[in-house]
Amino acid sequence: MSIGLAHYLAVAAILFTIGVFGIFVNRKNIIVILMSVELILLAVNINLVAFSAYLGNVTGQIFAMLVLTVAAAEAAVGLAILVTFFRNRGDIAVDDASMMKG
Amino acid sequence: MALQAIAFYLMAAATIASAIAVVSSRNPVHSVLFLIASFFSAAGLFVLLGAEFLAMLLVVVYVGAVAVLFLFVVMMLDVDFAELRQGFARYMPLGGLIAGGLAIEMVVVSTTVATHGAARLSEAPMASGSSGPGVTNAEAIGGVLYTDYVYLFQAAGMVLLVAMIGAIVLTLRHKPGVKRQVIMDQVLRTPESGMRMVSPKPGEGID
Repeated sequence: MSIGLAHYLAVAAILFTIGVFGIFVNRKNIIVILMSVELILLAVNINLVAFSAYLGNVTGQIFAMLVLTVAAAEAAVGLAILVTFFRNRGDIAVDDASMMKG
Repeated sequence: MALQAIAFYLMAAATIASAIAVVSSRNPVHSVLFLIASFFSAAGLFVLLGAEFLAMLLVVVYVGAVAVLFLFVVMMLDVDFAELRQGFARYMPLGGLIAGGLAIEMVVVSTTVATHGAARLSEAPMASGSSGPGVTNAEAIGGVLYTDYVYLFQAAGMVLLVAMIGAIVLTLRHKPGVKRQVIMDQVLRTPESGMRMVSPKPGEGID
């Protein structure tokens, strides 16, 4: 059987839900949460590239590049915030981060 | 065609299996390594789709930069990760339920869109878009990226610049007690402030 667009979309959907699941079960571990967000963005990229390939329009790949850029920026800033948080508190338990509370 | 199908199923299975390992492994270092494996397999899927340029970009940007950044941070932070896994079993049923429902919905909807949707899809992936045969993927992307989407391209560069400055500002730390050069003080120094005329009396020192 030939591989169609539906196959790629199914892979992307499963990858997306794995990312959502990862955010649910690793609520305390912000590093794994950031990795789950990366997985979700990867699923979005697979969707964009699959549609781009099967529609014969290269614009989807440009969009995927922009998603890639934003994902890289998000990872850099998120990890920088994490490092600062760790320096100030000594751990990275995010569920009791209430220093900003008035 | 059969070879393509085999390659697709292999790489899709590898992507999904390593994604599951990312969210469920005990050690975050293993999570990062599985994330790298997942991105590699996804790059293989991109190659199958004919998007070679994005596949290489994925390998370079993610495996070369983002994953290594994650690895640095995981190893730099001295955290007891066993403690952070405490809620895993508790949130597992709810998370599994929601994720399972979401997966079924999304697979059904996207499969329906792909098979009965209004868009006219080609039978096989077309690498270079509508530019015609003989145009490579990178050429096709370049032809669109630097003409139609040049402002978007500049905006992406701006996003990266802001992220870079933000990361530096967030992690830069001025330690007190470190002697450093203050150029403004040096430039503003005048002969009057730098020199003092004294006439010491015989037998006495200065100060």
